[in-house]
Amino acid sequence: MIELWNSLPVVIQILLKITAILVPLLLLVAYYTYAERKVIGYIQVRIGPNRVGWRGLLQPIADALKLLLKEVVIPSKADKALFLMAPVITIGPAMAAWAVIPFDAGLVLSDINAGLLYVLALTSLGVYGVIIAGWASNSKYALLGAMRSAAQIVAYEIAMGFALVGVLVAAGSLNLGAIVEAQAGNLFTWYWLPLLPLFGVYLISGVAETNRAPFDVAEGESEIVAGFHVEYSGMAFAVFFLAEYANMILISALTAVLFMGGWLSPLPQSWVDGVALLDDGFHWFALKTGFFMFLFLWLRATFPRYRYDQIMRLGWKVFIPITIVWILVVALAVVYRLPPWWSA
Amino acid sequence: MGFEKFLFYVFAAITLAAAGMVVTRRNPVHAVLYLVLAFFSSAALWLLLEAEFLGLVLVLVYVGAVMVLFLFVLMMLDIDLATLRAGFIRYLPLGAVIAVVMAAQILLVVGPGNFGAEQFPAPAAASAEASNIEEVGMLLYTAYVYPFELAAVILLVGIIAAIRLTLRKRPDTKYVDPKHQVEVRKGPDRVRLVSQVSTAGLREEQGARGVAQSQEEGSA
Repeated sequence: MIELWNSLPVVIQILLKITAILVPLLLLVAYYTYAERKVIGYIQVRIGPNRVGWRGLLQPIADALKLLLKEVVIPSKADKALFLMAPVITIGPAMAAWAVIPFDAGLVLSDINAGLLYVLALTSLGVYGVIIAGWASNSKYALLGAMRSAAQIVAYEIAMGFALVGVLVAAGSLNLGAIVEAQAGNLFTWYWLPLLPLFGVYLISGVAETNRAPFDVAEGESEIVAGFHVEYSGMAFAVFFLAEYANMILISALTAVLFMGGWLSPLPQSWVDGVALLDDGFHWFALKTGFFMFLFLWLRATFPRYRYDQIMRLGWKVFIPITIVWILVVALAVVYRLPPWWSA
Repeated sequence: MGFEKFLFYVFAAITLAAAGMVVTRRNPVHAVLYLVLAFFSSAALWLLLEAEFLGLVLVLVYVGAVMVLFLFVLMMLDIDLATLRAGFIRYLPLGAVIAVVMAAQILLVVGPGNFGAEQFPAPAAASAEASNIEEVGMLLYTAYVYPFELAAVILLVGIIAAIRLTLRKRPDTKYVDPKHQVEVRKGPDRVRLVSQVSTAGLREEQGARGVAQSQEEGSA
């Protein structure tokens, strides 16, 4: 098998690796929508989808088929090319950012030095899809939704970037694999503890970046119909939907990698050495990512929507000062080698 | 080397074509989007030059932040294309002169005499372990620390000036201070717990409701 793999050209190898990441990711996105409906259903004492397949398990596939068969309506005065390009621009970065996420020790598509910077650069492109969709639709509701959403994304991106600066100061590296290895030890040497304020800011900004409840003013249906994608239908709408869920999974995975030790086991290495399920491995990464994915749904079922001016106040006047202060604290802690995180 | 060269020509062609579209598109939103494409493909060119830090920062800062704000402003403006097009012939001679002067200046500075292959031979490829970011950081904070700090101060001046320009007292707006909005006063705003005395013998729903009502009236 390994000989066959090595005999393939490099380009084919890379393409196969990309497929091995994207196919499970898209399946996960599909079943994340199902999980959302089920989880929120049970939180609200309902059952959720249960008609298609056993316990509704085929529901996402039925939804996808329905959306594929629907007509994509293009508004008569829309900018047609940009209108159709916007969903693609939205989903592209959400998929491409997975290139640098380490799933296990050494298990990463592209082990580049500037991994964190790459993630930041690509996630900052997602806002174009929203803006272009809002503008190209030639509809006031879409434009207003796009404006709201873009202002929100730009505001929270700064807080998010500063939170990541704290992580890279702590780890001394931009490589995501190296950041995970710098957290090695046990549950309490992971960065969620020394960087607790940044962890909180990152998680909340992540929710705001993906336009999820309670920060979903971009599609506040009671105020502006459905926000930037009000004119979209069929598969073009579905692609926006997929991008939103792919972004949520990405933020969850990044939180797991940057603050919760990625694939590391929460128990000290001397206890778990060689014990199959307790030892470091992909399953820990999956578990942590899954927890944060659940958190997104939990938040949506729990909190009412934030008011727009309060969202802006939280982003600019609360989060950014917190992150700046804590970056200073972390920098001092690193310079003075505060144990147990930076004692070595 | 062959594949790299191919990539270079692809991205260089995209950059040039996009830059051409920026100045020829009538619709300003399209022009800005082509500018984004030009930035993006020049970031790819920088990646080919092994300057991955600069390439990614170009995407992050220019594409991810500056151009978003550009688009933001452009979409809010009500642009009349007819007035934009008016006077093209009148301004053409002056525009042509400025273009020629600028092209001559650029040629004088970055012509083959100053930036040819003789002056700057291709450097040896860096090893895979070499960290671009560390090297840029070392240079910025040692050799170029004063220019770097000066640039930061100039940016700060710009920020303060911009904020000062927009900051004006407007008595006609009904601004609500969020601090007062989220404030909870001890007396009237908090939930008050009232311990309810259960009365034995009044198990009937009607009766119990009547007692609760009369107690509420009594406490009020």
